[in-house]
Amino acid sequence: MSIKYLPCFIGRMLGALLVSLVLSGAALAQQPLRIGFGMSQTGALAGNGKAALISMEIWRDDVNARGGILGRKVEFVQYDDQTNPSTVPGLYTKLLDVDKVDLVVSGYGTAVIAPAMPLMMQRKLVFMSLFGLNVNSKFKYDRYFQIMPAGPDPAVDWTRGFFEAAATLNPKPQSVALVGADAEYPHLALEGAREHVKRLGLKLVYDKTYPPNTVDYSPIVRAIQATNPDLVYLASYPPDSAGMVRAASEVGLKTRMFGGGLVGPQFAALKTQLGPLLNGIINYEAYAPDVGAKFPFLDQFLAKYQARAAKEGVDPLGFYLPPYAYAMMQVLEQAIKGTGGLDQGKLAEYMHKNSFDTFVGKVSFASNGEWAQPRMMTVQYGGIAGNDVAQWKKSGLITVLYPNEYKTGTVRAPYHENRK
Amino acid sequence: MDSTTALFANAIVAGLLLGGFYAAMSVGVSISFGMLDVVNIAHPAFILLGSYIAYTMNDRLGLDPIAVSVVLSPLFFVLGAGLYRVYYLCFEQRGQESLRGLAFFFGILFITEVMLVLVFGVDYRMSKTAYADTTWRLDALDFPMRLVVPFLVSMLMVVGLQLFLSHTFFGRAVLAVAQDPLALRLMGVNPIRVKERAFALSIATAGVAGAFLIVIQPVQPAIGREYIGLVFAVCVLGGMGSIWGTLLGAFVLGLAESFTSTFFGPSWAPAVSFGLLLATLAFRPAGLLGR
Repeated sequence: MSIKYLPCFIGRMLGALLVSLVLSGAALAQQPLRIGFGMSQTGALAGNGKAALISMEIWRDDVNARGGILGRKVEFVQYDDQTNPSTVPGLYTKLLDVDKVDLVVSGYGTAVIAPAMPLMMQRKLVFMSLFGLNVNSKFKYDRYFQIMPAGPDPAVDWTRGFFEAAATLNPKPQSVALVGADAEYPHLALEGAREHVKRLGLKLVYDKTYPPNTVDYSPIVRAIQATNPDLVYLASYPPDSAGMVRAASEVGLKTRMFGGGLVGPQFAALKTQLGPLLNGIINYEAYAPDVGAKFPFLDQFLAKYQARAAKEGVDPLGFYLPPYAYAMMQVLEQAIKGTGGLDQGKLAEYMHKNSFDTFVGKVSFASNGEWAQPRMMTVQYGGIAGNDVAQWKKSGLITVLYPNEYKTGTVRAPYHENRK
Repeated sequence: MDSTTALFANAIVAGLLLGGFYAAMSVGVSISFGMLDVVNIAHPAFILLGSYIAYTMNDRLGLDPIAVSVVLSPLFFVLGAGLYRVYYLCFEQRGQESLRGLAFFFGILFITEVMLVLVFGVDYRMSKTAYADTTWRLDALDFPMRLVVPFLVSMLMVVGLQLFLSHTFFGRAVLAVAQDPLALRLMGVNPIRVKERAFALSIATAGVAGAFLIVIQPVQPAIGREYIGLVFAVCVLGGMGSIWGTLLGAFVLGLAESFTSTFFGPSWAPAVSFGLLLATLAFRPAGLLGR
């Protein structure tokens, strides 16, 4: 090539480079934004996991209908974690290294969130999690965020309602039994309960855990009864929640307050299966029809969710986990739009500094990634007749005991007289 | 009755009731694994299948799940016979039953699980019966009907099976087939047919045990995996191929679990149960009543 053609050649090359850069930029904008996660679709928490997944899919469809995020359509890459913590590290490694997703979020529940944490920290990723209790207390990771309204001191705030309600009893309770499954969530909830036991000067007469696959819970309830506690705090997952509630009824457990941290009765499946056996039990709920007016934002979500849930055969009520699964994605969406990209450091900084409008209300995070203000309610079930699901949409069955701004009544004690 | 005595007596009752349920879950494995040398690791999947069929009939038609399971047990028998035929033709006949047969039953376990997920979804299901929420009390002793009814039917099933296997020609042929199929053939008996029927019988017991399971606790499609260890432990503890041994092993594990939960803390229950299994195998490698 002659020297006189060199400027022309360089010009052409630069032109080609410019065109390719423009085209690749446009192509990048067309590439979907891939969000990866594991979700329990089989195993003990699959019912809840599937309901959460449907909520997240509704969010994805809504976002894509609006044109996506930063001009990119949203795609999910998700695997079944089988409610098995040991599958989680491998699953997230695959999402990041093989599927090369742009962002990851957690599956449902403490048991599958905790095993993902070391990898998230190693890769310095923002990790938005769904209903993990006090997971960050040990890791202290500044890019961890959690959508469950447990409050900045999760284990203690989570169990506070039960013990605050107990403190209103007259005469004051003297003794307490703590019992829960041998699993991540119950262990952390019981840790918080022990703090309240100390704070209130209660005598701890029973403090034990049981294997999650126990068949007959009546020996456990009898052992508790033998210690004659004023209060029985239970932290359990769905199958053992059902087992313990049935055993308490069969043995005729006599105590002033029973319950506190049962996972399961928040969902339609266990609400309908246990029915009147739930009468008198204290538990936590994210929503109660009696205070529905204080959750106006929820209606928009339920209008989208309930029709689809009925079709898919998952939790038809959708008061508990599903709106929070949607809200988790709303937080992420607003953070990406707020920072204008996927830089993990900037996303984390933005999420710490801003609050977010979601279908579960305004969300802002404390320095440990938990909700800045706790909002989980402590409730008591009562007046349940039969196993009809529709009754749970009406007011009167769930009395809110704590926090005070949502309170609709006081504790009805003792438990055994309110069980009928 | 003072409180300690009541606690002790209730631990015995709870252990026996639980043992009755464990016996029903394990007796099929005792036949297939103990007598026929067929490592049917998918046994809990058939128990779950029984649970869901009982649940469907209970939910749709209001029928009692246990009564339904007894009536439908011939269907499970036919299913078991068909399954054994496939296993025999694909693996046993070719002498590949050890590892490939095991993989086959693992496959059956997962296929059944996925099928149940597709048909019933992943939520917990539970049956509704008039007696499930009733407890009969005798002084300080509690007899929850949720466990008593399965216990009674289980005893009928297990004792009936033992009598059938020990007092009939077919039963003796089943006992003989694992020891020497050739000798059985020389006696004019087709060992394959004997094994097929015996395996079918084991699957029929799984169907009935499934109904017990859904009366006792809520089930979801993956719950069967939790029972694989238990059913084989009961079978090995009692003695391979011994129905009485299976019953005894189930009672031992039930009582161990109940006493540990009552007096020492429930988290020790699996350790005590499997510690007992190890100790038994150390002193009696053939199991409690094994030969």
